Amino acid sequence: MAMLEISDLHVAFPKGRTGEVEALRGVSLTLEKGQRLGVVGESGAGKSMLAFAILNLIAEPGRVSEGSIVFHGENLLDLSERDIRRIRGNRISMIFQDPMVTLNPVLTIGTQMVETLKAHRRISTAEARRLCIAKLKEVAIPSAEGRLDAYPHELSGGLRQRVVIAIALLTDPELIIADEPTTALDVTIQAEIMALILKLCRENDVALILITHDLGVVAEVTERIMIMYAGVCVETGPTQQIIRTPRHPYSAGLLKALPQFAGRGARLYQIPGSMPPITALPPGCAYHPRCERATGRCSAQIPPLEHGCACFHPLDQTEAAS
Amino acid sequence: MITLKGFIRRFLSDPVAIGAGAVLLLLVLMAALAPFLAPQNPYDLMQLSIMDSEMPPAWHPGGDDRFLLGTDAQGRGVLSTIMYGTGISLLIGIGAVIVQGVLGVTLGLIAGYKGGWIDAFLMRLADIQMSLSTLMIAIIALAIFQAAFDANTYADYALYMLIVIIGVAEWPKFARTVRSSVLGERNKEYVDAARVIGLSQRRIMVTHILPNTLTPVLVISTIQVAEAIMTEAALSFLGLGMPTDRPSLGSLIRSGFEFIFSGSWWITLYPAIVLVVLILALNLMGDWLRDVLNPKLRRGDE
Amino acid sequence: MHIIAFLLRRGVQAVIVMFVISLIGFSIQDNLGDPLRELVGQSVSEEVRDEMRAEMGLDDPFFVQYARFLGRAVQGDLGDSYFFKRPALDVIMDKFPATFELVLGAVIIFLSLSIPGGIYCAIHRDSLITRIIMSASIVGISVPVFLTAIGMVWLFGVELGWLPAFGRGQTVALPWGWETGLLSWDGISHLILPSITLSSIMLPLFIRLIRAEMMEAMSTDYVRFAKAKGLSTARVRYVHAFRNTLLPVVTVGGLMIGTLIAYTILTETVFQWPGMGFLFLEAVNRVDTPLIIAYIIVVGLIFVVVNTLVDFLYTLINPMVKLPGAKA
Repeated sequence: MAMLEISDLHVAFPKGRTGEVEALRGVSLTLEKGQRLGVVGESGAGKSMLAFAILNLIAEPGRVSEGSIVFHGENLLDLSERDIRRIRGNRISMIFQDPMVTLNPVLTIGTQMVETLKAHRRISTAEARRLCIAKLKEVAIPSAEGRLDAYPHELSGGLRQRVVIAIALLTDPELIIADEPTTALDVTIQAEIMALILKLCRENDVALILITHDLGVVAEVTERIMIMYAGVCVETGPTQQIIRTPRHPYSAGLLKALPQFAGRGARLYQIPGSMPPITALPPGCAYHPRCERATGRCSAQIPPLEHGCACFHPLDQTEAAS
Repeated sequence: MITLKGFIRRFLSDPVAIGAGAVLLLLVLMAALAPFLAPQNPYDLMQLSIMDSEMPPAWHPGGDDRFLLGTDAQGRGVLSTIMYGTGISLLIGIGAVIVQGVLGVTLGLIAGYKGGWIDAFLMRLADIQMSLSTLMIAIIALAIFQAAFDANTYADYALYMLIVIIGVAEWPKFARTVRSSVLGERNKEYVDAARVIGLSQRRIMVTHILPNTLTPVLVISTIQVAEAIMTEAALSFLGLGMPTDRPSLGSLIRSGFEFIFSGSWWITLYPAIVLVVLILALNLMGDWLRDVLNPKLRRGDE
Repeated sequence: MHIIAFLLRRGVQAVIVMFVISLIGFSIQDNLGDPLRELVGQSVSEEVRDEMRAEMGLDDPFFVQYARFLGRAVQGDLGDSYFFKRPALDVIMDKFPATFELVLGAVIIFLSLSIPGGIYCAIHRDSLITRIIMSASIVGISVPVFLTAIGMVWLFGVELGWLPAFGRGQTVALPWGWETGLLSWDGISHLILPSITLSSIMLPLFIRLIRAEMMEAMSTDYVRFAKAKGLSTARVRYVHAFRNTLLPVVTVGGLMIGTLIAYTILTETVFQWPGMGFLFLEAVNRVDTPLIIAYIIVVGLIFVVVNTLVDFLYTLINPMVKLPGAKA
């Protein structure tokens, strides 16, 4: 049995007096122990929604309206608030996007680390502090001992994200969900932090769901990819296969837009148009207004996800490779 | 920004705004037309008779049809004194806000446009003044004023003193609002353009920046009138405001207070109701104006 | 910024504020009433008056007289009250415990209602109770404090007769001369209505403020992260969100000190509470200039001290701003 199995997940928000709009419209995924999955898409595609839904942290007034999230045979959506807290931050940790706003400005680093351990282990404060220092050393924070009494604003962005990573690793989780963990950082630090996450996941055999809009990063770090568009998964499969031979026109478009895949001196490709907001989705395949291959069928019917691709007119091997 | 048509439509679709607006209109009309509408003229000593004093409202035993809401200790009809008193309260409230506005907008413009030490000085002064509180400043200023002059002089000038003191004490609210919108406007292209074609600083401030800061000024004005009326009422209640022979709502409540315990509750109750309704209507109106004209200030509502 | 530098800076500021206040106090003394008349009455001839004037230093230049005034003020000598024929400062300080206990009672009531109320309205943002509290708070903001006071006196003091509505009741003298009303039921029962009244002005304002700030804090990323760490709901709310709510609340609280002092005058007047505010109004009516000056100076001192304490409290709960003044 897979470690995590999400099937047909729907997340809905109220609209107007009685209506609802769906931010996620039936997403499924499977994750094995120690596996690393990249979830890729433009902002607003529902990636973060998926991450928050796993830990049952969708902000009010949104809610999971359908589907299941099974973690080690247990549907997380059926758990009481008390029981899901035993999993949050313990067996499944999260790393947020912007380390400048992830840590509470009025509490010391030490307080914010120790409270995490104390929420999940019966442990003395002294023992907890010792463990925290060890984790800070593991994420390569210089002079770790002194940092416990520091406040977040006394640390740089890169150091703060290392602290967040250390907090995520404190309880030796089985799965880390990282939501754009490097987007808010300086370009020079991005690669460092990504390498650190990858190294720690490998060493500790931790599974990773990496949420990003950057296919390039995913290609280097993950084993599998899921590409999302307007609240659905449009293509999923092994990373290398999708990078080499994308079948969905949207995946192909994203890849073409990457600088490292464009020829030297060639103009960078851009997918025409923009993703529709979830409140104004076109009928049929949500991507069809931007798609070169769209036909009448695409605007009439929603293509189902078959063999890892949700498209009526997927690219074949030769087209994809070009 | 919002068009006049949109503004009226928003107004007509909001029952709270209609209610507050109607009550305000009613009270203003009542005060403005008091000389024509009021059953008696409470300033005219010839019309008063000590025989009429402390009569209960007309529908109570011992009431008199001439005095619908009863009479006070001097035999003045409570209804008439309320009509005149509302006018005095409104006059002081609006007058004080005009003083605040002129002073605050001018100093706010200067602070925002000039910056530097002038700005730092004015804002520091505003901070100190705000934390001392308007009421405290006014109490002390009026206490000194009252101690320095005899009662007659004091009674003659009380109205102007109240307008000036409440006006001067509250300038920081306007100044801060204007300053922050000036800071927003100062670096916009049209101001640069005006500077490039060589307009004088004063001209740029008055003709270009000022109009763009007026919406927030309008928004806070309504609430400020409510605050000024409340401050005036408190001062008059303490005996530091309007004298009892030219009473505002606050002085009416003061003069009625000592008679509550002898059972003449109406002298206090009716002016108190009018005062609270007036302030509440102004506050509701101010909140509504803020929501309509300045959506940025709204948060956590939707 | 270091603690000593902070205290120094606040000290300088306090001196400036006190300087302005003492200048106001002195100009009142200089212009209100003739000290000579208070001493000798009208019957003395003009020549004798001029002689005495010179003797007393009343012809000296303004700043010489002011320096003399300041020198005495620093030693606690603000002149004798015309009415009480006693040092004005002593008269004021006799009334200080009454005002202090009134404010203390009000602050206790206000804190124990506004914080839970604001938090409740932030967490249950659309519940019926929240809507009732929010509507009531708009009405509450619109009722002047003296009307609340009159209403209290009339309802609980006169109509229902549940609680005493005037004066301080029985007081007990503490060894250091402090007359307290807190040690007898009679004293406490007299305190209830005035302190509820005094707290009622701040209450609606702070419930709204705490609610808005708490709602904002609850929607921040660090609160979400705290939840994602698996912390208990109570810890997320009260340690993570509420700690951040406190900052603006303390700032606004500091701005309200002046208002609070002004409202003690109104409250004391209605309840005939024998405190400093009541005394001050009496002094104004009697044109008891030394007492008026003493009140202004004592209130100024209280204001400066409390403001410094509030700033200090702010730095304790906000690690971001290391002691105010550092930025200016």
